This record gives sequence, structure tokens and C-alpha cells, in this order.
Amino acid sequence: MRAPSSDLPIVFDDTSLRAHDVAILDRVALALGPGRPTVLVGPNGAGKTSLIRLAANLAAPTSGQVTWGGKPDTDGTRIAVVFQRPIMLRRTAAANVAYGLPRCPPRERRQRIDDLLARVGLTHVRDRPARRLSGGEQQRLALARALAREPEVLFLDEPTASLDPASVRAVEEVIGAVAASGVKVVMATQNLGQARRLAGEVVFLLRGRVHECAPVAAFFSAPQTAEAAAFLRGDLIV
Amino acid sequence: MQKNVVHDSASALGLLLAGDPALYGIVGLSLVVSLAATALAAVIALPLGAALALTRFPGRAAVIVVLNASMGLPPVVVGLVVYLLLSRSGPLGFLGILFTPQAMALAQAILVMPIIAALTRQTVEDVWLEYRDELTAMRVAPMRRVVTLIWDARFSLTTALLAGFGRAAAEVGTVIIVGGNIEGFTRVMTTTIALETSKGDLPLALGLGAVLIALIIVVNALAWGVRRFGELRAG
Repeated sequence: MRAPSSDLPIVFDDTSLRAHDVAILDRVALALGPGRPTVLVGPNGAGKTSLIRLAANLAAPTSGQVTWGGKPDTDGTRIAVVFQRPIMLRRTAAANVAYGLPRCPPRERRQRIDDLLARVGLTHVRDRPARRLSGGEQQRLALARALAREPEVLFLDEPTASLDPASVRAVEEVIGAVAASGVKVVMATQNLGQARRLAGEVVFLLRGRVHECAPVAAFFSAPQTAEAAAFLRGDLIV
Repeated sequence: MQKNVVHDSASALGLLLAGDPALYGIVGLSLVVSLAATALAAVIALPLGAALALTRFPGRAAVIVVLNASMGLPPVVVGLVVYLLLSRSGPLGFLGILFTPQAMALAQAILVMPIIAALTRQTVEDVWLEYRDELTAMRVAPMRRVVTLIWDARFSLTTALLAGFGRAAAEVGTVIIVGGNIEGFTRVMTTTIALETSKGDLPLALGLGAVLIALIIVVNALAWGVRRFGELRAG
């Protein structure tokens, strides 16, 4: 039996990521520990998605290192990712959730699927083709599929971008419930209202660098850097 | 000349409508051999094409070029190679299937396999670009990726299977070498058309030509219907 282990904290140690001589992430030093959600904010191209890809071990840094629970590698079994535009497999909603349960015994699978669909409020679309669901429903289904893997850390890359307010609310309720259940949520967003509603701590990224990392109340009430203050004012920063 | 063609076509239609047992035997065997060949080729070519789409290794580009080039394999060469393999003194002679429908299906399968594999590789590679992040993030094992991509590309892959079936059904050079065109046993539509044309008996040749084209249209129409039904259900 495998000894229980943890991927937390996820630590970026002077980590950089370059592509074609362009710095995507530049000497990032950051620790993602257990607890309330960490929300990554910043303008387009700030490096939020790249930071998530490194933290989820979907990409390797070009210099520096990332560690998971003090280890230089992770098998990723305790990590789940939901992308901005999740891919719905060409099958029913229930079958999409089942895809995240490859090792679940058949006699337990149906109950697990029902529980997960209920958790994201999609019981009524159980047997519908996943690709026919609305954007908000697809996003919640992607959450259910990710949760099927019982992750310790859940990465969300702008999960509510281009959704209508009602769908945003539904997705946020699921994210809040997931975080409350003890799963570490790390989410990228450009929606400052959403960051205020969901975050425990906020990481502000700009041009591939972490400019600020602070508890949510402190970040919004007293930003420590001029760039963060400008971003919060709604100034155009690039 | 024009009058003769019209007369011959009418005769061919007469044979069809009369339910000529010899004609329907030939049609049935053609269909069975071509479908069996397509199925046999698909069992190997679908996973092979998908695996080639997902893997990266030195020389991959050369393998893809060879695979694409193999779509134009000369049927008589394939027929000759299969003949040599299956002949009594050949390495597979112990099977004793030369000049049987099984040998024809095997030869046709070899002929259509590169077509299905090459089209599968292209289709699955396109789907993989879309699915890569998701399946990688879910830590899906390589074999399961192959199965997932083939399943999710199944509607597009019907085109690859139909292309393979079309090649098999229209093939004459290979099956005449390994089948021998034995009346009532290995005679199929294309070999009969060639034979009857050489004998100058055009009605049967024309009739079979019309049936062959109609058969291919019917199979394609059925496949299209199944595909549409599946797409409506699966989204």
C-alpha cells in the first residue's frame, strides 16, 4: 500500500519559463500551501496560465525548479486541472464523469457519478450529450470530471471567462463548496470581483513576474506595489 | 455504337431484375470479401494510425511519408507478394487458402490498410491537438489515449473506412491473382467485368458495373446515415 503523501506545498524556486527567447515567467518565487483558495490575477499575458501549467506539472521550467511536497516531481494523481475551454468528450455527461473514474469498481461507479453530478447541480442532464450543454453546464461538468479524481489540488484557469452572470454564479458556488471541502483551489481570473469573492490569498502577476502575494483583504485594501494599485484602479497596464 | 450500349445496358438491367442467381452470387461474394478486408485492415490500421499520431520518435517523418506513399501501392504487386506468400512453397503455404475468398480478403486488406492508417493518423492528430492538454492533465495512460481518440473521432474515421472499402470494392488486379477468378467460388464483380469485357459480352459487364457503383453508393449512404444518427445522439 502506498504511503499517504501530499503535493503541497507547491514551491516555485526562482523559476523561469522561456519560449523563443521570450520570458513567459521570470524568476518566480512562490509557495502554494494548503488552505483557502489562491487566486492569480493580472492582465492578459501576465503568465497566469503558464504558472498553472508549471504547478500542475504539465510543463517544465527552463530554469529554477518547482517542487511538490518537497519532492522534485509528482505523478499528478492528486492534481486536477479545469481549463478555460474544457474539452467535452463525445459522449454523455455521465460518461464524461465516468471517464475520470477509471479505477472505480463498476458496482460503485453509478453512485459516484450520480453524487458528482449532484454536487455540481447537473443531475438533470445526466444522459444528455456533453457537447450539447451550455457553456456554464460544460464548465460544471468539467469540474465534476476533475473532482472524480479526488484531487488534493484543483487548478482552474479562468473557469468563468465568457460565461453569463447566472452561470458564473453557479460555477462559483461549486468552487466555493469544493474549497470548503478541503481541496486546495488555485484559480486564475481577470475578474476582480470574483477574486474578492473566492480568494483567501491573491497573487498578482505582471509580465511574467509575481508583483504581489497577499491575503485578499490586504491586497484589495492596501496594495503594496504601484502596478497592483494601478491594476485595481482599472488602469491599462501591459 | 450508341444503340449497342443502350441495348446492353437494358439487358444488364433485365438480368438484375430477373434475380439471376449467378449475378447475385457474384455481388454477394464481392460485398463479403470487401467488407471483410476493410474490417481486417481497420483492426490493425486504426490503432496503428492513432499510435503514430500520438508518438514522437526519430524517423517518424519518414514513416509517415512511407505510409502515405503506400496508399498508392500497385495492386498487382500486392497480389503477387500475397500469391508468393500463400503459394504451396511460400512461408504461409501451410494455410492452404490460395485461390479462396480468404486470400482475396487478405490481399485487399493489405492494399487498404495504408489508406485507413494514413487517414486515421491525420484525423487523430487533429483531434489530439484539441485534446492534448485535457488528457495530459488527467494523466490518461497512452493506450487509453489511443482508444479515447479513436472513439471520439469515430464519425470522422468513417470517411477513412469508406475510402478503404471503396478501394477494396473497386480492386481487380490483386483479387484476380490470389483468387483466380474461379466461377462460383472466387469470382467477384470486378474480375467478372474484366472477363466479360475481354469476351465481348458487354451486358453482364455493364450490369455488374452498374451494381458495383450502386453498391458503393448504398454502403456510403448507410454509413452517412449511421454517422448522422450517431452525431445527433453523441453531440
